[in-house]
Amino acid sequence: MGEYGAKDARWISMAGMTPVILTGALFVYFCGMVPTIASGGIIRHSIPWIPSLDIALSFYIDGLSLMFSLLITGIGALVMLYSARYLAGHPQFARFALYLFSFMLSMLGLVLADNVLALFVFWELTTFTSYLLIGFSHADPKSRRNALQALLLTAAGGLALLAGFILLGFATGTYELSEINAAGSLASNPLYGPILVLVLLGAFTKSAQVPFHFWLPNAMAAPTPVSAYLHSATMVKGGIYLLARMHPSLSGTDAWIWTLTIFGGVTAVFASLMALRQTDLKQTLAYTTLMALGTLTMFLAGSSGYAITGAMAFLFVHSLYKAALFLSVGIIDHATGTREAGVLGGLAGAMPVTAAAAGLAALSMAGIPPFLGFIAKEVAYSGAVGASLWGFVVLAALAANALMFAVAGIVAFKPFFGPQGKLPHAPHEGPWPMLAGPVILGVLGLAFGILHGLAASWVIEPATNAVLGFTDSGGRVKLWAGFNLALGLSVVTFILGAILYLRHQALRDRLAAIEARGPDFDAGWDRLMAWLVVVAEWQTRLIQTGVLRQYLFATFAVTAVALALPLFWLGALQLDLAMPSVTLREGVVAALIIAGALLAATTGSRITGIAALGVVGIGVALIFIIYGAPDVAITQLLVEMLIVVLIAIAALRMPYLDPTDKGPAFRPRDAALGGVLGVLVALVMLMVTAGPIDRRLTDFFEAASWTEAFGRNIVNVILVDFRTLDTFGEIAVVIVAALGAFALLRSARRDKGEERE
Amino acid sequence: MNSIIVTAGARILVALLLVFSVFMLLRGHNLPGGGFIGGLLGATAFIVYAIACGTAEARKALRVSPEGLAMVGLGVALVAGLISALTGDPFFTGQWYWVGGDSYETAAFSINSVLVFDVGVYMVVFGGILSLILMLEEEL
Repeated sequence: MGEYGAKDARWISMAGMTPVILTGALFVYFCGMVPTIASGGIIRHSIPWIPSLDIALSFYIDGLSLMFSLLITGIGALVMLYSARYLAGHPQFARFALYLFSFMLSMLGLVLADNVLALFVFWELTTFTSYLLIGFSHADPKSRRNALQALLLTAAGGLALLAGFILLGFATGTYELSEINAAGSLASNPLYGPILVLVLLGAFTKSAQVPFHFWLPNAMAAPTPVSAYLHSATMVKGGIYLLARMHPSLSGTDAWIWTLTIFGGVTAVFASLMALRQTDLKQTLAYTTLMALGTLTMFLAGSSGYAITGAMAFLFVHSLYKAALFLSVGIIDHATGTREAGVLGGLAGAMPVTAAAAGLAALSMAGIPPFLGFIAKEVAYSGAVGASLWGFVVLAALAANALMFAVAGIVAFKPFFGPQGKLPHAPHEGPWPMLAGPVILGVLGLAFGILHGLAASWVIEPATNAVLGFTDSGGRVKLWAGFNLALGLSVVTFILGAILYLRHQALRDRLAAIEARGPDFDAGWDRLMAWLVVVAEWQTRLIQTGVLRQYLFATFAVTAVALALPLFWLGALQLDLAMPSVTLREGVVAALIIAGALLAATTGSRITGIAALGVVGIGVALIFIIYGAPDVAITQLLVEMLIVVLIAIAALRMPYLDPTDKGPAFRPRDAALGGVLGVLVALVMLMVTAGPIDRRLTDFFEAASWTEAFGRNIVNVILVDFRTLDTFGEIAVVIVAALGAFALLRSARRDKGEERE
Repeated sequence: MNSIIVTAGARILVALLLVFSVFMLLRGHNLPGGGFIGGLLGATAFIVYAIACGTAEARKALRVSPEGLAMVGLGVALVAGLISALTGDPFFTGQWYWVGGDSYETAAFSINSVLVFDVGVYMVVFGGILSLILMLEEEL
């Protein structure tokens, strides 16, 4: 990406600025809702969407969704401004801006939707738009692969989620989240187990919990602003949002507490170790995001005021500092041409503003007082101490936070103040549209730390109340909470973190050695994909043989089974074998048809076969005439003629056939199938005639044809007057079929033409 | 096929078939016939011509492309349905205008949207089937 966004590139464009302005306006709009929500209000808005299925496009704004909306639109506007400058002059920038804006809207829909099915649709839209964003550098095969991996993994989780939502609808009788949550815990419902498993599958794949984590670091193939946006504030937090949203109805059981604690804790520790192991700053940040997601999952396992307040505060502050750090790394990459931790250093002189912004964000990430990151960590520690599995939670949180402290040093201290290596080009300060994001977000981390009362009452406490499902006592967000266990844990964190930072080079080598021996999830994924292709090829070879006779056999066999099952298994067979007297005329026609059919089945010659089939067709037309349906008879005759013409055309062009080779005279398999199918159809016909014929429609058309439509030919009147729309559909089908054949034959001509040339 | 007898016979047969197809189309509302049967007969006429004189000759005699004819036919059928919008009736309600009277019994003849629709069906079936068979003749 280094070649775009040059110093003198024109970056103000319609495509670049429209999303910034719209997203900024949305941010202001949501800011206007803060007083209502902070005072305990709820805003609900509903539009009927599919009334027959009771699906409404209903939106629900409480503390939780408002916090997410503010992060999505606020950070979104800054990221869009940043990317307008970052990708200035990129030939596909307009496309990028469209993807990013669509993603923002989908994400907003996801956090505002009240109807679970609407939520699912937005969930899949975020998956889809993020696929487009991750694969934006589509000329790069790695980028395409990683985008597909993210798509398949999160979409698979999405399908599980849909199943979970439908079960949820069965269990509660409603699809509105607000009503589901108001009904209280589902723990005693018999469907609780399946619902929990399916919802967690969706949330864990989206929020990249181990063992579904590997797509997130791979998604760093996207341009840096995308990583900053999708993988800090928004998409990956979709799963966290879902866990928080469903907290009132699903939490509190042993299954919930154990699953979330263990998956979250393992993810947090694993990700922090991996973060330390990376040398690419962007990869390091990707793993710290994974760590944050693990920590959030772990804290959402609890139901205490401290645990949830801690989770919400951490979620809020993480979005601020992680977006700032990602954007700063983007500026460093842009300015120096590299993101390698080993090379970068001493940039503070050349890039003072970036250094300051990244420094502020990193201090918040490291949890240094008086930053909001410190407060979030303190509250979280208090929650960890009171958790059900407190020993595990405290250890996991301690390890993750200490590693985070070290990582903060690696990404924001060393590149600016450490020793400088050989850089691809001389560093320079970033342009202001790119600096705006990191500076504002970095300063906010400090400002909200000092004015923590505002952050708490505006955002964190309303969100906490929404997750808990009741109004919490509040007042937990404090800079100074006295000498307590949490403060002690913070001090231990700082000491451990400092040691880890000083020794991180040695640790990195050690970790790399361990990683080389551990299971490689990414390679496993590739094996799974390869296996899928093998299975697909195998079953295609099995089913799609390309032999017409086998297709026909399968079609007729399935028809026979479909007819036989209801007849014999379900006992639908009722026959009236009383034979009406047959006139000579009818008998002759029947004999003609039977003779034609027998000849067609037994002849060895193709021409004789076609002619014999024609006899059958004409016999059927005669029956129509005998029973007074001349229109049908004429159509039948004409179609028979056209079929003969078509077959004649085909037969003339058939490849050379040996006239002496007539094939096997008798094919027992085909004969058996033909006989069985014939008997079955005859039985069905006998059943139809056995029942009384409902003449209501016939009577109506006989009476109305002349008086209402001024026509005496009932068939035609039905076609062109009573059921005109049906006829219209049918002639449209005729055209589609003709055009399809046209295209097919034309392409055959082109292929032939190419061969000749 | 280069048989003078077939070619000469086909010319007469084609003319008769075409006239007959229009006859079937027009009488369809009261007697056996209609747009579908008429269209099939019309297509048959040109197929006979194509067999006797070749597809290039048949296409030349038709002057317009059969696919285009079918598509225009679909448009004609749609217009027949839209006429009812002028009187505020539902889509595809038949519209009748009596000439020389005020009912079916007294009028000399009628102008109606139902026949317009049937003409559309005729063109679609005619064009669609003919397109298919001519293409097969040429490509296979």
